[in-house]
Amino acid sequence: MSLVAKLMDGDRLAFARLLTQIENEELVGLDCLSDLYPHTGRAHIVGVTGAPGTGKSTLVNRLVLHMRSVEGGKEAERETIAVVAVDPSSPFSGGAILGDRIRMRDLAGDPGVFIRSMASRGALGGLARATAGVVQALDAVGFDIILIETVGAGQAEVDIARTAHTTVVVSAPGMGDEVQAIKAGILEIADILVVNKADIHGADNTLRVLRTTLQMARPTREGRGYLIRDEVEADGVMWDPPVLATVATQGEGIPELSREIARHRSHLRDSSEWRVREGERIRSEMELLLRDHLTARFMTRQPDGRFEEALERVLTRKLSPRQAITALLEGEDEWHAKSEGKK
Amino acid sequence: MTGKKLRVLIAKPGLDGHDRGAKIVARALRDAGMEVIYTGLRQTPEMIAEAALQEDVDAVGLSILSGAHMALLPRVLELLHQQGQQDVQVMVGGIIPDEDIPRLKEMGVAAIFGPGTSTQTIVQAFIEAVGAGPSRG
Repeated sequence: MSLVAKLMDGDRLAFARLLTQIENEELVGLDCLSDLYPHTGRAHIVGVTGAPGTGKSTLVNRLVLHMRSVEGGKEAERETIAVVAVDPSSPFSGGAILGDRIRMRDLAGDPGVFIRSMASRGALGGLARATAGVVQALDAVGFDIILIETVGAGQAEVDIARTAHTTVVVSAPGMGDEVQAIKAGILEIADILVVNKADIHGADNTLRVLRTTLQMARPTREGRGYLIRDEVEADGVMWDPPVLATVATQGEGIPELSREIARHRSHLRDSSEWRVREGERIRSEMELLLRDHLTARFMTRQPDGRFEEALERVLTRKLSPRQAITALLEGEDEWHAKSEGKK
Repeated sequence: MTGKKLRVLIAKPGLDGHDRGAKIVARALRDAGMEVIYTGLRQTPEMIAEAALQEDVDAVGLSILSGAHMALLPRVLELLHQQGQQDVQVMVGGIIPDEDIPRLKEMGVAAIFGPGTSTQTIVQAFIEAVGAGPSRG
């Protein structure tokens, strides 16, 4: 039986191995991913991001528990869920401690839930390079919902917005003042905002600040500037990010969060947003791959030591990095001209 | 930072709450460049085998100080075999009486570490066990 057939047949061990191969960027895994690609595009991909210690893992644990235990639902009707939990790699040893499973112990033993931990392996955007590939594989084998928990993220780790359909940003009381909330970045990517640990002092304040900030104005995803509140309402089809209070350890606010995630999925499907986001996502994935491949191809064509030579000239301040690259690329053009001439 | 990394699951089966040793070992393995999935306290053999499968680990390190090793370890090994994960190396640390060691090794435990073992020895044993294990198909 071929690997793809095995996967479609539900061979979980083979599937787990495939994820490792994708993560290690082994050719056999990447080829298999290409074969699986026609089967992707069905799952709802939900990102959960936010600062370290805001309770992302606990929230994911409760959310999955809730989604899997909807009253009256028969097993066959329940949506299957995959969780991809990313934690940082050490910049020194390259090792990592992946600890998100500690908070997800309630999910053990449910055959409809699959959890995979990933180390960021040096990537800086809150995800690992291979996260998109792993998500595609999970999508292809039929998981209905894929939750991606990012590395504890501060302000600029916004890759998740390009990978997920729905982005949940988790905050907690006492994480900074109003200016933190109006800085560009992580708040702008939120489709749903959650203030977790809402039972501790100061939660009302945090909720109020976030709601006021969103009420005043919020950016449009297309970069057309800001819409003011009245325009948002007049538009009607625009999504207005809700701000929810949760206490994940107690399960408070979880049904509401689950409902909002489902509502956002309907919103994306009913408007043209789903296609727009898919387009953005696939475009950035293709651009990234193109960049990697062009760099690799360029490097293999360079005569030995040419790049090091240029590097040395930059180090000794004879050339700026930009001048050095221009010179290298001119060499590349000559190479092209020569190979054209030979034909 | 891509390419093959050793993936290891560190868990504490059973009911004792002493997780300090497990955490120290997890950290030492991290510092040796491994990706360590740490699942924490009170794991059942079923939870451990399932996590090992989903995470596709090369080795499982179990810390047991409760004396229940002769009940827990055979079950973990049995479940790993049932799922086709016989190539996953099982390493054990904690309070294991000498007379139990031969039987545990016979069952398939790759290495056993008692109190006072240096983290260097443990890291080395993980690397050797995974390197010596049957290659993956």
